[in-house]
Amino acid sequence: MSGITPEHYFVLSAILFVIGAFGVIARKNLIIILMSLELMLNAGNLAFIAFSRVHGNMTGHIFMIMSITVAAAEVAVGLALVVAVYSHKDSLDVDILRMLKG
Amino acid sequence: METVLFYLFAALAVAGALLVIVHKNPVSSAVSLVLTLFATAVLFVLLSAHFAAAIQILVYAGAIMVLFLFTVMFLNLKPGALDFDSKNMAFKGSLLLAGLFFVGYFAILAYGMAFPGGSTAALPEGFGTVEGVGMMLFTDYLLPFELTSVLILAAIIGVVAIAKRRES
Repeated sequence: MSGITPEHYFVLSAILFVIGAFGVIARKNLIIILMSLELMLNAGNLAFIAFSRVHGNMTGHIFMIMSITVAAAEVAVGLALVVAVYSHKDSLDVDILRMLKG
Repeated sequence: METVLFYLFAALAVAGALLVIVHKNPVSSAVSLVLTLFATAVLFVLLSAHFAAAIQILVYAGAIMVLFLFTVMFLNLKPGALDFDSKNMAFKGSLLLAGLFFVGYFAILAYGMAFPGGSTAALPEGFGTVEGVGMMLFTDYLLPFELTSVLILAAIIGVVAIAKRRES
């Protein structure tokens, strides 16, 4: 690692995570919110891999694979919910979804 | 060389991430997300995680993005269903919250940099290759690996149950 320290990767991971978190809070479109969630998970994966490299231990890679699996399952369920919401409300605005029973 | 590659692909990743959250059109957002994921895969290679990079491209950029694009096109969204309201209070509040989180994280990181705990460890044999990760995954982490298949099964059943058209 010449010139680039692990901290560079951690800072990049933090930046990506914050952008994702901002997207989740600020956007109203359900699909964009799911994409921002993916950004946050991806930032976490980057931190896992960077820590794995720092310690010379591959456990971080295992965690990254598990995290990708969880992300895939989460996206599948989330998009199924998006389809259900859109067919029910004709909109993807999260502000419309106020009622538990609707 | 590594420095140039890091900064190039880090900039690409951040630019892609920003494009994801500012685009009005979900399809453009999805393509920007692919840019971020590819740039991250390159960074994984720089961290000598070759198998993780391959998985990243196959699963994220392949499967998950296709799912996103398929859903966006399947829904056939009306233009009125999209928004980016930059004037309301929630926007400013979330900007503040995200900024605070980053400053806090950066402070912790700077604290860690002030007291360096030693340099990067030497890489063991087969670090990040399919063989190394596979040996670990199928010996020490066999039970979590098998449990993930249960998770995926649960996700499949959940998706079918949620997205099924109800007669009513």
